[in-house]
Amino acid sequence: MKIALVGNPNCGKTTLFNELTGSNQHVGNWPGVTVEKKEGSLRFRGAKINILDLPGIYSLSPYSSEEIVTRVSLIEDNPDLIINIVDATILERSLYLTTQLLELQKPMIIAFNMTDVVEKKGDIIDYNKFRSELNVPIVPISANKRIGVNELLDLAIRYAENKDGAKAAKKIYDDKVENIISKIENELSRSFNAENFENLQNKMSLRWLAVKLFENDELLMQKIKLQKTQAENINLYKGTVDLTPHMDEQMLIADQRYKYIYSLCAAAIKRKHAPEHITLTDKIDRVITNKFLAVPIFAVMMIFIFYVTFGPVGSSLRDQFEFLIKDVFGGFVLNLLTSLGAAAWSKSLIIDGIIEGVGSVISFFPQVMILFTLLSILEDSGYMARAAFIMDKLLRKVGLSGRAFVPLLMGFGCTVPAILGTRILEKENDKKLTILMIPFMSCSAKMPVYAMFIAALFREHQVLAISSIYLLGILVAVFTAMVFKGPVLKGETASFIMELPAYRMPTLKNLCLHVGARLKDFIVKAGTILVAATIVIWFLQSFNLSLQMISDKSESILASVGMAIAPVFSLCGFGDWRAAVSLLSGLIAKESVVSTMAVLYGTGGLAGVSQVIADQFSTISAYAFMVFVLLYTPCVAALSAMYKELKSVKWTVLALSYQLILAWTASMLVFQVGSSISKFF
Amino acid sequence: MKTLNDLKPGQLGIVEKIVCDKGLRRRIVDMGITPGALVIMKRIAPFGDPIEINVRGFDLSIRKSEAQNIQIKERK
Repeated sequence: MKIALVGNPNCGKTTLFNELTGSNQHVGNWPGVTVEKKEGSLRFRGAKINILDLPGIYSLSPYSSEEIVTRVSLIEDNPDLIINIVDATILERSLYLTTQLLELQKPMIIAFNMTDVVEKKGDIIDYNKFRSELNVPIVPISANKRIGVNELLDLAIRYAENKDGAKAAKKIYDDKVENIISKIENELSRSFNAENFENLQNKMSLRWLAVKLFENDELLMQKIKLQKTQAENINLYKGTVDLTPHMDEQMLIADQRYKYIYSLCAAAIKRKHAPEHITLTDKIDRVITNKFLAVPIFAVMMIFIFYVTFGPVGSSLRDQFEFLIKDVFGGFVLNLLTSLGAAAWSKSLIIDGIIEGVGSVISFFPQVMILFTLLSILEDSGYMARAAFIMDKLLRKVGLSGRAFVPLLMGFGCTVPAILGTRILEKENDKKLTILMIPFMSCSAKMPVYAMFIAALFREHQVLAISSIYLLGILVAVFTAMVFKGPVLKGETASFIMELPAYRMPTLKNLCLHVGARLKDFIVKAGTILVAATIVIWFLQSFNLSLQMISDKSESILASVGMAIAPVFSLCGFGDWRAAVSLLSGLIAKESVVSTMAVLYGTGGLAGVSQVIADQFSTISAYAFMVFVLLYTPCVAALSAMYKELKSVKWTVLALSYQLILAWTASMLVFQVGSSISKFF
Repeated sequence: MKTLNDLKPGQLGIVEKIVCDKGLRRRIVDMGITPGALVIMKRIAPFGDPIEINVRGFDLSIRKSEAQNIQIKERK
């Protein structure tokens, strides 16, 4: 059995999808479209149910890619049942899509979501009124609290099995329009000659086709090739309606749908407050989007996030973690190996290689989690949409829409989902420019690198050092936008008609979902790529070219490779072969810069690495190194996401070389200028 | 003729008609801004654009360049 979830963006569709499919979730990507549909499955009382989570849309008109994906899926995938999820707190707008879905005349259930919020607001919904008027089953639910979800599933199964979905069409337009639509329906039913038409007719209702033809839906007109006489007759019927310059057929249909919903809602909802009532969201917005406070609040929030992550809380957590892994766990393993009588080389591989390398990355994990948790809270609360609202005007100066702000901010978490998130942008060019900017929003995997250098050399000025790095990333992103604005963006800017959702308390469940995904990703990465990389690095640094184990690392294979690359960085202040090798390994994953350094500089424990780093780097060359890490090519996963979304080898290569050149130039400038200035002091 | 942009924060208006190209109009209309709808001007973004309005029970941000296509009648 196949069930499709359809509804407005942000109505709780994906929450319901996750509730329904749980851990069984399988996410499938369909290429070639700007938004994806997700598929999952579950077993309920013995029945296997496939669930399609379709992109959120406001209307079934074919004006945006999400609308087309959903419309095509509803017709081509031909689900057994549609569950239309509506946000019960905004029924007047949500039911607009419902009126269109009803015209498809497929088996359908409406789930009124967020009914707990409605209750809290003090509004009373007369569900029976909606049931009898819309003539479909309605289930009140609250997806994030799992209220009503089982009832919904029960009903869905019974309903889909009975196949009694094709109900008589609900008349929602005025007599004149209804009359024309039924005439068009008659005209259509008269002949099924065209083969693709017959095909369509099995899947679509005549009424839906008739309404779309009345509206002059271009996509559909191309698809069903009407006979000449049919087209003429239909035009004749359409000619009988009175239109004014600003009220064409499309407008007339939309207008009448909204009028119908308005009167239905007026009769079936008892509202506690007038529309102009000041809600809690209004009160919060008054402060957060205040003319004078908006930017300072944003800045304070960002500083707070970085302070918690890098300040006393984050770093003391890291120290404890470090102690646990290297001293407690490492000591235990060392004793174990010694008592087993293991060979010196295997001790070296496990202790100096794997535990030292992977352990140093893992010890930064608490900080990565803190950063991720705080960003998730911002995302779940509804603040992101406000940030877009506040920043729209500024972003338009660099040629972007405020919407681009959300993926850019997500980039501080992880570049990969941020790049995929650019799909919310309407225009292809906006998307391209945003993708070029995202890698400069320093991702959380680069954080351990900064944290390591800060622990070694910037103990006194932790927050200043870290925030200047992040700020530099933002400035470079803006600079990038300016550079590429000309060649990439031509013509019109995208519209900015965007819903500002009511604030919601972030739920622990959602938070765990977000953070859990990152945790899993991190563990997998640490267990596979990082272990493998450290083993390779350990091997290459422990043996020379004639495969003899050596004690002086500078005679190793790795050293000879590193020394070949190192001169490139001598102008940047870190011409040491070990730094060069770490940067190279960072192409696999940014964390591996840290694990490689730990292996190469390692003398056991973070204090040891810190000591070596403090000896090897000056504050200026360390800063230049951090700048290089900030700006250079992102990891392989991010590069492939870039390629996937840019859909062009040329642009991916261009972006990659741009990042490399920029990183080298910037860190060279930092070192050269920094060194000359320091001479005067 | 007054447009949505002429409302001050806190003022209410009734939509009269929407005058612009079909694509943009569709977006506006799909969000529930149709003739007869009540709109409440909520606030202006800190940098002077876009604006936030309330229509049919939810908040919406829209740029001034888009809002100027929406003609309204002020409601006291």
